[in-house]
Amino acid sequence: MADVRYSEEHEWIRVEGDTGTIGITQYAQEQLGDVVFVEVPQAGRKVAKGEAVAVVESVKAASDIYAPVSGEVIESNAALADAPGDVNAEPMGRGWFFKMKLADKGELAGLMDEAAYAAFVKGLG
Amino acid sequence: MTDPSAGPLKRTPLHALHKELGARLVPFAGYEMPVQYPTGILVEHAQTRNACGLFDVSHMGQVRLTAKAGHNTAKALETLVPGDIAGLQPGQQRYTQFTNDAGGILDDLMVTSTGDHLQLVVNAACKDADLAHIQAKLSGACEIEPMFSRGLLALQGPQAVTVLSRLAPSVAGLKFMTGTFVVIDGARCYVTRSGYTGCDGYEISTPADATDAIARKLLSHPEVKPIGLGARDSLRLEAGLCLYGHDIDTTTTPVEAGLLWSIGKERRAQGGFPGAAVIQKQIADGAPRKRVGLLPEGKAIAREGAEIAIGGKVVGKVTSGGFAPTLGRAIAMGHVERSQSSNGTRVELLVRGKPAPAEIVPMPFVKHAYYRG
Repeated sequence: MADVRYSEEHEWIRVEGDTGTIGITQYAQEQLGDVVFVEVPQAGRKVAKGEAVAVVESVKAASDIYAPVSGEVIESNAALADAPGDVNAEPMGRGWFFKMKLADKGELAGLMDEAAYAAFVKGLG
Repeated sequence: MTDPSAGPLKRTPLHALHKELGARLVPFAGYEMPVQYPTGILVEHAQTRNACGLFDVSHMGQVRLTAKAGHNTAKALETLVPGDIAGLQPGQQRYTQFTNDAGGILDDLMVTSTGDHLQLVVNAACKDADLAHIQAKLSGACEIEPMFSRGLLALQGPQAVTVLSRLAPSVAGLKFMTGTFVVIDGARCYVTRSGYTGCDGYEISTPADATDAIARKLLSHPEVKPIGLGARDSLRLEAGLCLYGHDIDTTTTPVEAGLLWSIGKERRAQGGFPGAAVIQKQIADGAPRKRVGLLPEGKAIAREGAEIAIGGKVVGKVTSGGFAPTLGRAIAMGHVERSQSSNGTRVELLVRGKPAPAEIVPMPFVKHAYYRG
């Protein structure tokens, strides 16, 4: 069973075995508005939890995407280069950003589950 | 400049309508303004370019000048701006700038002659300072009437003429940069054929209490959709138009900003406006830097503040940059050293520390579609 966890920076990570797929949440894409450019990390890059690893640009502004946990990037969503709107259309599907091999699955405990994240977003008003 | 943190946010006469339409409201120049509606900026941008968009620009400052006995309003205003105001015929409109003694731009504005008065439209963030400036300098010659509560609606796009002439047939004959009084929905309005999108279209100055009804009436036409400040910015960037506080400011002269076209021939020769000596010298000898268009090769967006370099040497800075929905690619404008400013010059834009190759190109990025009759 895949386990989805959420960060306070509005990233999600879907964990299968020791691999995680990362993207931004529905709430994040709504706040950003139309996404027009995404810069994803190269495979092989080692990243620390909280490190800025990708950039998502809407018409109005650029925003950093942070690694929700530590690990090594193993694949990036190359299709976003030509279809950045996928992030708006399917933020948790076709709009994924990158996949990583997790360094320490224990870090997942510091992230929110779906119910906790829903409550967190609700608290933002 | 108005300090946006001072006091509660002001509201335009369309605040309730924006909420009803589901706008995302943000603080802008001391006002609570719609940045976008639920369809989003890309759809709103295309709507304006292809059909017609309605913008609430009531936050901008409208000021009316009337001559005191024995004085000439146009001549008086010419002591503050380099534009040819005395030459305005009734119904004609000009773009000009308030300059300071160093030739820098305090604000840019539109001036329209109605015959009896001059009507100014200034930027929202500058309007209190502009009013104080005008009052300090022109009170002897003019009655100065701030009309900050009036509504201002921009109806922009190729279908704007079709829509507005249903309500006020005489606007169909207006040419770009001219205006006339009309009655819309029982209210006396002043309409100019102008805008900030590069499209054909109008700006409609409305009595405060009639603004909501007129906006609703315009939105009831199938060609018209409401458009927020987000698309207003992407449209003006494609049109190569300056945004005050970004592409032009007190440290930029009209010559550096590429706005020499807005200074009349006689005024270039005769001066008589603040900073004339600096501006005349720049006209004669060239300005140290120039505002240029920038077309990045790749998809990365160079935004305001990004450095412009040639072979690793910084030659300027991006002043506005973003995604051009009409072109499907990134565009920018910026200031560069004049010696490096010719069209076709290859530069690098430093985006998050990485050089993105770009070329200096002529503006506008999207052809203007003004109606010149």
